[in-house]
Amino acid sequence: MSLYFTKEHEWVRVEGDVATVGISDHAQEALGDIVFAEVPEGGKVVAKGDDAAVVESVKAASDVYAPVGGEVVEGNAALADDPSLINRDPEGEGWFFKLKLSDPSELGGLMDEVAYREWVATL
Amino acid sequence: MDSSENLEKLPLDSWHRARGGRMVPFAGYEMPVQYEGIMAEHLWVREHAGLFDVSHMGQLLFHGPDIDRALESLLPGDLLALKDGRLRYSMLLAEDGGIIDDLMATRRGDHFYLVVNGATKHGDIEHFERRLPRTIAMDHMREQSLLALQGPKAVDALEAIVPGVGELSFMQAGVFHWNGKPLWISRSGYTGEDGFEISVSGRDVEAVADALVADDRVKPIGLGARDSLRLEAGLPLYGHDLDCDTTPVMADLIFAIGKRRRGEGGFAGALRIMAELDGGPAQKRVGLLVDGRQPVREGALILDSEGSEVGRITSGGHSPSLGRPIAMGYVATALAEAGTALTLEQRGKLFQATVAPMPFVPHRYHRKQGAVA
Repeated sequence: MSLYFTKEHEWVRVEGDVATVGISDHAQEALGDIVFAEVPEGGKVVAKGDDAAVVESVKAASDVYAPVGGEVVEGNAALADDPSLINRDPEGEGWFFKLKLSDPSELGGLMDEVAYREWVATL
Repeated sequence: MDSSENLEKLPLDSWHRARGGRMVPFAGYEMPVQYEGIMAEHLWVREHAGLFDVSHMGQLLFHGPDIDRALESLLPGDLLALKDGRLRYSMLLAEDGGIIDDLMATRRGDHFYLVVNGATKHGDIEHFERRLPRTIAMDHMREQSLLALQGPKAVDALEAIVPGVGELSFMQAGVFHWNGKPLWISRSGYTGEDGFEISVSGRDVEAVADALVADDRVKPIGLGARDSLRLEAGLPLYGHDLDCDTTPVMADLIFAIGKRRRGEGGFAGALRIMAELDGGPAQKRVGLLVDGRQPVREGALILDSEGSEVGRITSGGHSPSLGRPIAMGYVATALAEAGTALTLEQRGKLFQATVAPMPFVPHRYHRKQGAVA
């Protein structure tokens, strides 16, 4: 299992050829109280950089981009009823969607956890 | 707009930062949008008491011969009938009846004290200087700060340090003292809750704020919760729900036009406003309950059953008290009846909504029995 991050504050946890995607603790902290999340359904194909999900806090709406391309295996259904899961456990239970990687080499452009945490500390 | 180096700092700037306030640009100032989180702060105000720093707002003092009559040329409220130490919600009107700003006006001895919005205060001052008679003097009280203490526990918390304030009824004001410092306190606010607004010298504001938050019932509250609280209370926000293209009749603020004034006219925009009072405005501000969970925000289109645009959302978001999205906007008057089903369009997505009476959350103002507001 490997964990990657993007400069858009998403995380990607890869197990075999399936990647789980969510937003980082820094991202949920910056957004504030999350009141709505819309995640893609299984079967949807997304390319790297596509709008894949929507997250809305009390103050504003934000898009979540697909950090890597692939076919969505599952969206996190728990977020519809309890979007505050993203605030409480952003890098665990508050995941957004899982997808089957179409091109594992896309992972190469992402940051590892140490690099991301160091970069976030400078923001 | 303002680049960050142009932003002014509030007298309480370091006080906010020390309490974890997240500072954002607003109305030309750096202001706290939240401390612990908008949702928790919002609910705290509905149950306890919240302290808001609203020192960005303009505090103006007017005096001169027939000051009430002079202000009545620009404001549609009945100021002649306003008793000493009483305040009234009113609006500064353009000659075409458009709203330049909304404000609170208090008769204070032989003066009038006006509180206007922060983002519009400099423009307001120019209007007053240009349109009032030369015999009227206006003082922009730059050195005064303004605090709002709002919520069901506000009266107990303030009474504990300023005895006597509990005697004020809604929309009444007076001079009080705390540690020998004069405070101008009114029973008013913009959250729908009982509460007070406290005008205090910028030199003394930190000591007053410290004394208030030393009470366990009081927490500092940011602009984010101020916005969601006023939206639930059905109160319009200038620059969003009100602007120069809206009139008091369109904005459903007819209560702010005095009965005598409706008959007599004699205020800026009276011709148009009196015609709208008679025949109804083309568009009207309404509240909307939005189906589902996703907030529908300012700028979303309002569509009729045919899919034609009949208006726009001017404020919208998640209601922490109701746990659902609510909004306000303008629609063609024929569609303004409570219960009317409408469709909203935001970023290409459609939402169902129903026109609802406002406030969304009932007001809990402290009105004395038998007293007239």
